[in-house]
Amino acid sequence: MSTCLCDAFFDDVARATVEVLEQLGCTVEFPERQTCCGQPAFNAGDWPAARTVLRHAVDVFAGEAPVVIPSASCAAMLSHGAQILFENEPDVVAVKQLGTRAWELTDFIVRGLGVTSWPGRFAGRVAFHRSCHARGSGTGDAVSALLRSVSGLEFVDFDEAEQCCGFGGTFSVAFASISTAMGTLKLDNLLAAKPDVIVSTDMSCLLHLRGLAERQGRPLRALHVAQVLRDALASSEVGR
Amino acid sequence: MKREPIDQFAAEQSDERRTSVRLGSKAGHEKGTQVLHEDYADVDLLRRLAGQIKQHTLEHLDSYLEKAEEKLRTRGVKVHFALDAEAACQSVLDILQARGAKRLVKTKTMVSEEIELLPFLERHGVECFETDLGEFIVQLDADRPSHIVKPILHKNRREIARTFQQKGLGTYDDTPEVITRRAREFLRRKYLEADVGLSGANFVSAESGRLVLVTNEGNSRFCLAAPRCHIAVVGIEKLVPDDRSLSVFLNLLARSATGQRLSVYTEFICGARSPDAPDGPEEMHVIFLDNGRTEVLGTEYREILRCLRCGACLNVCPVYRQASGHAYRSVYPGPVGAVLSPLLAGKRFLELADLPKASTLCGACAEVCPVDIPIPDLLVRLRNRGKQEGAPSGATPSLGGFAKLASMPTAWKAALGMGKLVDHMPRAVQPGPLRAWQGERDLPAWRGGAFRSWFRKRGKKT
Repeated sequence: MSTCLCDAFFDDVARATVEVLEQLGCTVEFPERQTCCGQPAFNAGDWPAARTVLRHAVDVFAGEAPVVIPSASCAAMLSHGAQILFENEPDVVAVKQLGTRAWELTDFIVRGLGVTSWPGRFAGRVAFHRSCHARGSGTGDAVSALLRSVSGLEFVDFDEAEQCCGFGGTFSVAFASISTAMGTLKLDNLLAAKPDVIVSTDMSCLLHLRGLAERQGRPLRALHVAQVLRDALASSEVGR
Repeated sequence: MKREPIDQFAAEQSDERRTSVRLGSKAGHEKGTQVLHEDYADVDLLRRLAGQIKQHTLEHLDSYLEKAEEKLRTRGVKVHFALDAEAACQSVLDILQARGAKRLVKTKTMVSEEIELLPFLERHGVECFETDLGEFIVQLDADRPSHIVKPILHKNRREIARTFQQKGLGTYDDTPEVITRRAREFLRRKYLEADVGLSGANFVSAESGRLVLVTNEGNSRFCLAAPRCHIAVVGIEKLVPDDRSLSVFLNLLARSATGQRLSVYTEFICGARSPDAPDGPEEMHVIFLDNGRTEVLGTEYREILRCLRCGACLNVCPVYRQASGHAYRSVYPGPVGAVLSPLLAGKRFLELADLPKASTLCGACAEVCPVDIPIPDLLVRLRNRGKQEGAPSGATPSLGGFAKLASMPTAWKAALGMGKLVDHMPRAVQPGPLRAWQGERDLPAWRGGAFRSWFRKRGKKT
């Protein structure tokens, strides 16, 4: 699943995801009829609409293959949110079945495929913003293991790492001033660690942080973890 | 541009206040987390256990309440049940009037805020004093607490010193020790003059009928030692099955609330004075308060009743840190309040239906909750209820159109191609959410369909 954000804005992230998976020997299929995980409507409380989207996803991703997603948020929607959404619905079993096959990319690499280190080189200081929907999943540990194993990559800590970036979907526009205050604080904390690049598993967080940084005229290089892994394979260098 | 009320409040509050709340919350969170992780190898296991004990108690609340009532009665305590705030206030007043009591001192209890007990008693000629320092300051200022555990998190010492001066508690001095000493001197007389001491309870053991009070300032001991009558107003969800389970909760509560291993005072109150217990009050009453709780118990939101009122979810919440407690327009602020307040509002649910939207659903609250309440899930459930009951959408864009598009793959693909138009559209004519986004943020260039064509092309090559 490419996610709606990569479909609309971040094609290189979806592309890197494919390349990383192929490097691991996976055959990647992209069902053309896919759209969205249903989370926007689910979070907005419009559950009938969210169910329609989810049913479409169940149909598009029917089968037994793992559904790998370059987003902890969309993965959490399929494996957790969808269960709540369908708890009283007749087709809850099909939704659960999709949920058990849904993986965030790095979680899939580490826990799904059992690969815990990554070849190649990526020179630079990396601050990893764990997206909030990676809480309670294997994603945080997976990213940490993979990135720390990359040669030349320096993993840097920063203050208030557990705090949200302030995106929150419709929250970012309905609560624009709190959202931007949260994002600015997150940028302050991230940039204080002087990273060469900020990395996340979710483009939603990076969309928000980049958008803020650009408007505020602060230099920020932000990459999806899939891009870092792909670039490491190509031994490309960043920063410095 | 429409704004949500909580966002509006956050934007309008002073930088000074925002900073006090943010730094106070941050420090509280960091201290609590550090102590918990130092002391327990698997904090999550303990949180889950505590949650299960509470959930079990709630699911058998009828029998535990009966058991507690029986135990309390055998210990000489008069037990009352109050269905709503009005009945609870009346019950307290009846007890006072029967004793001819005119003066009351009280400990900090959220339930008394919930039922607005003090204004009610004052209207009926009872002199009431808060004795918790923070609550005392709130009372002097005719303000409201902004945090469950730290009621004056929104104030700084300069404001407090000014209040003390205005209220005749000495000349301006903002030294914390001086402020505390002045409050103590003032309150000492009030304890001795009081006819009744009122408290809440952090826990009630159904097995023994013991009330447990967890405090730090010693004021609760004064409240209960001097007056001849003790009234405890207790939400029915404060029950735990037995004394043994208190070990789980007491270990979690102080650490989660204030980062202490144990609060300075943990009092176990076993009932009224009797030949076996010569030190208790002459007369003791426990008023069990429902006020909407049994209604919540029958719904998919029942997990919120596990709450211990520790405030850990407030401290960690990035939205609370920016907005502060008063933004939530209710007694219970922060993540727990965003769930509990609309529920306890009963028929006035829609007036507070915007509260559950004041969250990015980041889940930090669920990660620290000592009784493992899935707060983000409950927030989303309440958003759904708000939508179903026709709550105004406020500043939140409708996702109906997007969802429709996302269930029509052909239209979706077409839209991916057309999104580019937005890049060339003047901002004034763009859809509202896009304008709201671009108030403070840039939007990346539209690349709709680019990945799909890359994937298709390389498929053809191989």
